[in-house]
Formats: sequence, C-alpha cells, structure tokens
Amino acid sequence: MTSAAPDLTAEEQGMLAGDQGPAVALCMRLIVGVARAGGAERLVPIESAHGDGCLYHGAAGLEFTERLVELGGRVRVRTTLNVGSLDLLHPGMVRADPELAGNGRRLMDAHVALGCEPTWSCAPYQTGHRPAQGSHVAWAESNAIAFVNSVLGARTDRYGDFLDLAAAVTGRVPFAGLHRREARTAELVLDLSGVSPAMLEHDAVWPAIGALLGDVAGTRVAALTGLPGDLDDGGRTEDRLKALGATAASAGGVALFHVVGVTPEAPTLGAAVRPGAPLLPVSTAELRQARDRLTTVTAGRLDAVSLGTPHFSLAEFAQLAAELEAGPPFADSVAVYVSTSRGVLQQAQALGYAGTVQRAGGRIVTDTCTYVTPVLDPGVRTVMTNSGKWAWYAPANLGIDTVLGSLAECVASARLGEVVRDEHVWV
Amino acid sequence: MSTSGSDYSPGVLTGRSLHPGHASGAVLRLDAPLSFWGGVDHDGRVVDHHHPQHGASVTGRVLAMPSGRGSSSSAAVLAELIRSGRAPAALLLAARDGILVVGALVAWEIYDISMPIAELAPDQLAELPDGGHAAVVAGEAAGPATVTVEGP
Repeated sequence: MTSAAPDLTAEEQGMLAGDQGPAVALCMRLIVGVARAGGAERLVPIESAHGDGCLYHGAAGLEFTERLVELGGRVRVRTTLNVGSLDLLHPGMVRADPELAGNGRRLMDAHVALGCEPTWSCAPYQTGHRPAQGSHVAWAESNAIAFVNSVLGARTDRYGDFLDLAAAVTGRVPFAGLHRREARTAELVLDLSGVSPAMLEHDAVWPAIGALLGDVAGTRVAALTGLPGDLDDGGRTEDRLKALGATAASAGGVALFHVVGVTPEAPTLGAAVRPGAPLLPVSTAELRQARDRLTTVTAGRLDAVSLGTPHFSLAEFAQLAAELEAGPPFADSVAVYVSTSRGVLQQAQALGYAGTVQRAGGRIVTDTCTYVTPVLDPGVRTVMTNSGKWAWYAPANLGIDTVLGSLAECVASARLGEVVRDEHVWV
Repeated sequence: MSTSGSDYSPGVLTGRSLHPGHASGAVLRLDAPLSFWGGVDHDGRVVDHHHPQHGASVTGRVLAMPSGRGSSSSAAVLAELIRSGRAPAALLLAARDGILVVGALVAWEIYDISMPIAELAPDQLAELPDGGHAAVVAGEAAGPATVTVEGP
C-alpha cells in the first residue's frame, strides 16, 4: 500500500508472518524495521555473517540472544563470531567480576547454541572465513567490515549488535548502503606517491596512514594511490592493510577504502573513483602527526606491550618468532601480550612460533582482546603497541598511556624495559 | 495545540518516523553527534570527554542530535538504557541511523517499551529550544511523526 515499505518476496513475507517459526519472524521484524527507517526498497540475500554481539554490554544483549535460543532460532548462513568477554582457553587470563564471568559466558554459549561458529576473533578473515568478491555478507566489527569490503571486495554495510544476528537468522539485509555498487565509489583520493619507499617499509607507518585516512575521510569511501603491495605476497600486504583499515575505522568510521593497483575493486584509479573527486597529496610530516596522535608518551619506562589488535595472523606470528629467535628474552618488568584467534594459535603452535613467543616471556591471549576486558595487570601505566586501533581506544578504555611502534621496536622496548623508537624513519 | 501535523503551524514540526511511539519531555539539543557506546554511561550521563555536552544526563529527555556516531555497539547500549529506565524519552535525528533504530526495535520486542525516534530536517532540529518541552508522536517507521514544541 505504501511505497515506504520494502518490497518483500513471497518467502520473506512468509518469514515475517511466522511460517518459519517465531525466531525468524522476530528477526525479520528487525530487518524490515531498519529497512523501513532507512528507506530501502527491498532486501538482499546474504552468503555469510560475522557477529559481534558476543561481547557482554549488559542484560539487554543477553536477554535478546537467549530469547532467540528459546524460540528455536538458528543461523541460516555461515556465521563466525567476534571476541567475547572471556578467554575460554586460558581461564584466569581475564580478571572478570562474577557478573562478567557468568553473563559473559552465557552470552557466548547462547551464540553457539544458535549455530554460530566459536571463532571468537575480530580477524575471522585470517582464520578461514573469506567471502568471495562481489558476494553480499552481513559483517559486524569495524575492522572486519573494512577488511571484507576493501581487501576481499565482498559487500557489507556497517552491522553491529542485534542486526548481525537478525541477518544471520533470516539470511537477509536491507539493500542499502555499501551493498549498492554506486555507494562503493571513492569520493576522495589520498596520494601517497610523495612518501619515500623506505618509509613505507617501516610497519608503523601503515596504522599512521589509517589514522590520517580516518581523519580526512570520516565515513566516506576513499582511494589511496602511491602505495606498494601485492595481495598474493604471503600475507605482508594483507597485514599492512589490516592495520591501516582497523585504524581508519577507529579514527574515522571508514568501512571501505580502495588501494589503487592492489585491492580488488581498484585495478585503476578511474575504476575506483567518482569523476571529479578531490586528490589530496599526503606529506611525511602529516604521517608523523598522525603517528603522534596515536601516542600519549614518547619515552621512558615501559610496563607492557600489546600486540595482536586485530588478532595476530600466522604471518605476524612468523615475523615475531623471527625477531625473537636471536637475542635476549623480554625484561621481567614488561608484560608482553599477544592476542590471537584460537584457530591461528593452533597453527602457530604446530609451527613452533607460539613456543618461541612463550619462551621469550610472552603471554598469548585468545577469544578476547586486551582493551575490551580486564586482562592487563592492575599496575600497568605505559603500554607500547604496534596497533593503531589499540592505541586509539586504550587510553580512554583503560586509563593508560600508549606509544605506537613497529613490531621490531615493540620487541626491542620489551627487552630493554623502556621505550625504544627509531625517529630516523619518520623524517 | 494541534498535533495533526502541518509544516506551517507554529510549534508543530512534521518529520518522518524512524521508530514508532509517543513520549514527551524536556529537549536536550546536542551540538555534536554522540556515540552511546563509550559516550553514555549506565546512568544515562554523557561521559565522552570530547563532547561539548559532557556531563549532561540524557535520561527522560527528548534528545535531539544530528546523528549517532561511531560504534555499532551503540544499539546494545541504547537497548540497555531503555531496559533500565535511563534512556531518553525520545530521539530526534537529522539522519536515518539504523544502529539506534535497531536498539529501539529490540527494546520493543524484548521489553514492550517503545521509544519513538523521528527524523527532522537539519534546520528544524537546530531551531528546537534547548530545555523547552516537546511531545513526540511517531507512527509506523517511514510514516509521519510530529513534534509539538513549547518554548523554554
């Protein structure tokens, strides 16, 4: 009757009417409610989902998920899960109060009862969940959204609590936002051809590029030119773009970026960019300023190092193990945390990387992350990280100082017990 | 005062419903977008240090802001505030924010509480009297919504 409602297929109307049970009907009411509010003309089927409602925020999320279980809900597409509030493989790693321990566990269990895979990772794309280019998916978690859109070329809008599960249970999302091809064209271009190749070899530059991108683009789609990379190089380029995208999503709200000549939707500048889009040259000084915004203290005594936000990949484990093969263990005064998925940990154990990290004194965290739940020792004041995302959120979340550095600088600092950074690469 | 909805009658603004319901309260007009996750605590207070209205309480207010901001976990935080009775009475936005809409939808499904959300034009939003009284009546999403305003 009204053009405001999305056109539903006969099957979708039946889902709304309860033909496929009350859980599907409830989830369809959420999908249609959001479609109506947003003005979407129809829904689109999805091929997979990644849910992030398994981190405990309060009773409402738990009651919603357990309601779906009671109603017989079941995801109908492959659905991986983001981090939870607990490290289920390493009990005692999270210093959880009784509410968090009890309700956090119930929330994780309820998601598994719905048929979701217990991946507990913010990098599902590096533990076996890699949607095909051009496929529609419903992914939550800002870094995973940026990665699946940008690096894999699958299509997701920004999903989060409730809507991700509703999409997984119905297999539908509103046909809106970044599901629409025309919304995936870049509105601005950052030109990095003026940055030296040597500087781009320093791995801390990539989160700095992400911080700058988030600052300039906000929530808009941007393209980057002048960056090297090959997505078939064994993980190096992929991990750089993972770090860039995670920081851009935190600092701005970036859900899709194109790297011309590297990412799948940007074989050429013309293919990725709206005609007439502004081209902004990026200077070395701007990257240094972006790096400095991810740093609250630049020198002095160090209490901890946090690696693996988003979760460490196997390639990053190999790189860390290579750094640690020669040289002394970490200083006793520095706690070194490496967050990863249980899937990657299993491979890292088989290849000996995990043992190398632990022999040096490192602590491996799975299923959760060190800035969303109490993991760090209470006395920790200053933390070094190679993660722009961690550096963005941890000062407010944890009330600590952070310093951004490369993986090699993190290792050198952890060995010495104080901040070591090479300023020469930033000039 | 009429709530039948006319763009021209003084004191009655006509917008677009994003989530149905009716409610009234004192207007809290925010000067910048607010993220509920990390930006509002369990008591409904604005705790984002970067926000111009840091320290204000959103509980029971007709909360007007250009848009939501940031994390998609804002849906869970909004649903939790509605559950605990610390939520705004209504939301008035200048953007079609699906994250906040789904928080309101879940609170309706699980707790039978319907917090109206309406979309207004940016200039309508800017003219709302901060601290004045407003009554919001929103029909089914994508249908009309009216906001009846009395001066401060």
